[in-house]
Amino acid sequence: MIDFALRTLPFLWDGLLVTLHVSAVVLVVSLVLGVAAGVGFAYGPLWVRAPLRLCSDVLRGTPLLVLIFCVYYLLPFAGLNLQPFPAAVIALSAFKAAHVAEIARGAISSIAPGQSDAGKAIGLTFAQRLAWVVFPQALRRFLPPWVNSVTDTVKGSSLVSLVGIVDLMLAAQQVIGRTYEPLPVYVLAALMYFAINYALSVASRRLEARFAYIRE
Amino acid sequence: MTEPLVRIRGLGKSFGPTRVLEGVDLDVGRGEAVVVIGPSGSGKTTLLRCINVLETYDEGSIQVDGVEVGYDGPPGPGRRPRRDGELARIRADIGMVFQLFNLFPHLTALENVMLGLTRVRGMPKAEARARAEHWLARVGLSDRMSNLPGQLSGGQQQRVGIARAVAMEPKVLLLDEITSALDPELVGEVLSAVQQLARDGMTMVVVTHEMTFARDVGTRIVFMDAARVVAEGTPREILVEPRHERLRSFLARIEMKGH
Ligand SMILES: Nc1ncnc2c1ncn2[C@@H]1O[C@H](COP(=O)(O)OP(=O)(O)OP(=O)(O)O)[C@@H](O)[C@H]1O
Ligand SMILES: [Mg+2]
Repeated sequence: MIDFALRTLPFLWDGLLVTLHVSAVVLVVSLVLGVAAGVGFAYGPLWVRAPLRLCSDVLRGTPLLVLIFCVYYLLPFAGLNLQPFPAAVIALSAFKAAHVAEIARGAISSIAPGQSDAGKAIGLTFAQRLAWVVFPQALRRFLPPWVNSVTDTVKGSSLVSLVGIVDLMLAAQQVIGRTYEPLPVYVLAALMYFAINYALSVASRRLEARFAYIRE
Repeated sequence: MTEPLVRIRGLGKSFGPTRVLEGVDLDVGRGEAVVVIGPSGSGKTTLLRCINVLETYDEGSIQVDGVEVGYDGPPGPGRRPRRDGELARIRADIGMVFQLFNLFPHLTALENVMLGLTRVRGMPKAEARARAEHWLARVGLSDRMSNLPGQLSGGQQQRVGIARAVAMEPKVLLLDEITSALDPELVGEVLSAVQQLARDGMTMVVVTHEMTFARDVGTRIVFMDAARVVAEGTPREILVEPRHERLRSFLARIEMKGH
């Protein structure tokens, strides 16, 4: 058993790195886009909010797998031929960004309008009010649901295997294809997913404790 | 006579169909403390919030130290509402203290006061800290500087609010019912801090329901009713010898509540 694990581990390890790579890129891209969209939701005029609302609803209402197939198989008809990796990352990032945008919007709207007034009254610009007044307070509301969605990202990244990217999921299936030993391989892969998400949730609890400074 | 520091002419504003300000004219000279009184809903808060453009105004003009605050020019077709960056520069010179304090809950008392000094005035940290400590001491909070707002009483929070505004050394200070959210026994400490500022020559526009305070601190009193300035004069003319009918009934109502 241990011997078997040692032989399959290198293959799974390569898959794990791909899973981490995909997750990390999606995480960063969706965070940047999602927070920007959340700010647009919270402060933008109607002509900003309306298209954001449409995009967000469509993205969140479509199964992730369908989104990935759309980007990979449909965009070529629009003259855009994407490699599996960027196609999958784009689909996952867009999907995730829509969720992050809703979380950010909720966190920002939970801050009393008087806070922005007070920031304006001492002469802070919009960007300064976000940076020094709104974001530090909204962070506390943002973190818990966002960390949840991060673990979803890691799990959801397994869908990229369906466009042929050899992530942890597909690596596991390939190993099984050669060894005909599904159970130990899946257990091993599951342990790896668990290890990532467990590390994330420990990190998140640390973060939340660190930012629980506001007493109401 | 020198130019007034705040010069308001023909100010008009609506919220949807509701007319909130109608043809308001008001001058505030340097070092003056103008007190605005009037019944609930008469437009006092909105008037203050227009002066530092927390609300936009539709008609007329508000100049602070010769600069039109809300637009790039005097009233007329095609004047453009000021952009965020311009507004920030204008607001930096207009202080405001809020009814519900609006302190930044994630920052200590000291950091609340320092934020504008470092980020807006561009002061080095040490200098900003010294200035903030000075003003917090002036309002009697030397021993509370490292407390978060949540750890302070209402009266203490409001004094931080005052320190945060005056530390910016604004040209004019706007105060909107700054004691109405306080327990009665905490009102005095806040009002005496304001009185001290007035004595030191700070120009201010004060909205209040505290008539004794209005009399003591006001160099001039303005009575608003139904979106308009209805009467204006010295504390004596307005509070002791009111001639206007609606002013008299307003004062009578206040009197009954107070005693
Ligand atoms: N954001 C808003 N949207 C719509 N109407 C508003 C808004 N703010 C104020 N109003 C209305 O404008 C009018 C004037 O309000 P304002 O707050 O200026 O009165 P006030 O004199 O300060 O009253 P109070 O003594 O109760 O504080 C009121 O009729 C109020 O309902
Ligand atoms: Mg009011």
